[in-house]
Amino acid sequence: MSLFPAARANRASLRMLGPDGQPLARKYYAEKTGKDLDADEVIRGYEVNKNKYVTITDEELERLEPEKTRDINLTQFVPADSIPPLYFERGYFLTPAAGSQKAYKLLAETMDKNELAGIATFVMRGKEYLVAIFSEKGILRAETMRFPDEIRSPADVGLPKKKDVPPASVRKFEKLIGTRSKKQFSPTKLADKQTDDLLKLVKKKEKQRGNVVRIETEADTDHKVVDLVAILKKSLGAKK
Amino acid sequence: MAARAIWKGQLKVGATKIPVKLYSAIEDKTVRFHILDDKHKARVKQHMIDPDSGEEVASEEIQKGYEVEPGKFVILTEEDLEKLAPPPSRDIEIVEFVPQAEISQQWYDRPYYLGPDDGDKDYFALVEALNNKKSEGIAQWVMRGKYYAGGLRPVDDYLFLFTLRDAKEVILADQLTKPAGAAPTAKELNMAKQLVEMLQGEFNPKDYKDEYRNRVMEFIEKKAKGHAPRLRAVKTKRKSADLGNVLEKSIAALKKKEEKRAA
Repeated sequence: MSLFPAARANRASLRMLGPDGQPLARKYYAEKTGKDLDADEVIRGYEVNKNKYVTITDEELERLEPEKTRDINLTQFVPADSIPPLYFERGYFLTPAAGSQKAYKLLAETMDKNELAGIATFVMRGKEYLVAIFSEKGILRAETMRFPDEIRSPADVGLPKKKDVPPASVRKFEKLIGTRSKKQFSPTKLADKQTDDLLKLVKKKEKQRGNVVRIETEADTDHKVVDLVAILKKSLGAKK
Repeated sequence: MAARAIWKGQLKVGATKIPVKLYSAIEDKTVRFHILDDKHKARVKQHMIDPDSGEEVASEEIQKGYEVEPGKFVILTEEDLEKLAPPPSRDIEIVEFVPQAEISQQWYDRPYYLGPDDGDKDYFALVEALNNKKSEGIAQWVMRGKYYAGGLRPVDDYLFLFTLRDAKEVILADQLTKPAGAAPTAKELNMAKQLVEMLQGEFNPKDYKDEYRNRVMEFIEKKAKGHAPRLRAVKTKRKSADLGNVLEKSIAALKKKEEKRAA
């Protein structure tokens, strides 16, 4: 199977530019000497005590990584609605690899019909992830999960114990919920107003003189906008 | 030890205002490293440089630009950015309610606890009402100079506020095409159901540990004591069957049987 992110960033990121409009780079420097440091002059350190570090090399970290594997190991199936939403972190669509369309479709339909989610582990970018796999409209989606020790309980947070409340207050809120309820969730309301406003302002300023700087660039390969939906459709639809 | 609230505000439900505190519901345990100067083993700082000259550019000389096309930037001044920031507010406004299962977990971003701040009668009454109605609130608020949308959801006796991703970020199955290939037969489905049933159980989060994180921490602790442990490539411990393969093999066996019968 192949994995594709089920969300893409929609934040308008700004670049830091110099006085002449030249894009700047971030650089590490030594505080004592003020000297700039290249990648081979720095090392990672874990602070074990105040100002006491254990250094760790890239090589050591690589050795600690789980064995590289492309397998998605399904360990269990659970009722799809039984996983608390607190666990979910990030979604990825799974598309069938060449020759495995049949098994993919069979798994997707079986999970959908029986309202099940699969619990699986897989390795991505040197890290092992715990995922829940859901089936929706014939398509499998993996949601990476947080590990249980990263989730706080109400007691961890220190929330007060529940108090008895007058039934009249409960009824007041129930009535309010009743009058303001919608059957469906309409995500179009979730437009990122800030990003939209920023892009509008950019368009306006682009037409005015003096707001635009141009610099020479090399080949525009890293500027290509990736159409994730198109790629996904191709990957799902391809007859291999 | 109780967690510290990261924000204070009030939940606006109709005409009622409920004072609340916001707490992170998660504690990120990723092992974080500092970048050190290898020679002096000291913390480093960062600054911006012109990559061509290598010269530092002072912060007051830095401009911010949005790249409209490769090499073409529209400059946005600090004033522009201030105007774009939302007006500060302490209100978490509940704009509407939807049934609890309505919002797919694809929209959820970060979970927060909302705790009662001052007088918790209305807080627990709202929790009870949301539980009774199996309802979830859609919230909007401004926090630290940013607009947020959220799902207000009761879990047991408390309120959770999940920040929601925006409409342009999320790709839904509806937007995609169904995978190509023939639909599975009833016989295959039946077989797959049996296989799945063998692996069926309850979700038990305590069974899962971040083995990678544990390995890294163990290594750091040993190194801190002066041992330099030798590292070998590790194998993942958890044993399991690759279901895709199991299914494929079972389907192949099923096919063979059918072919035999047809012959």
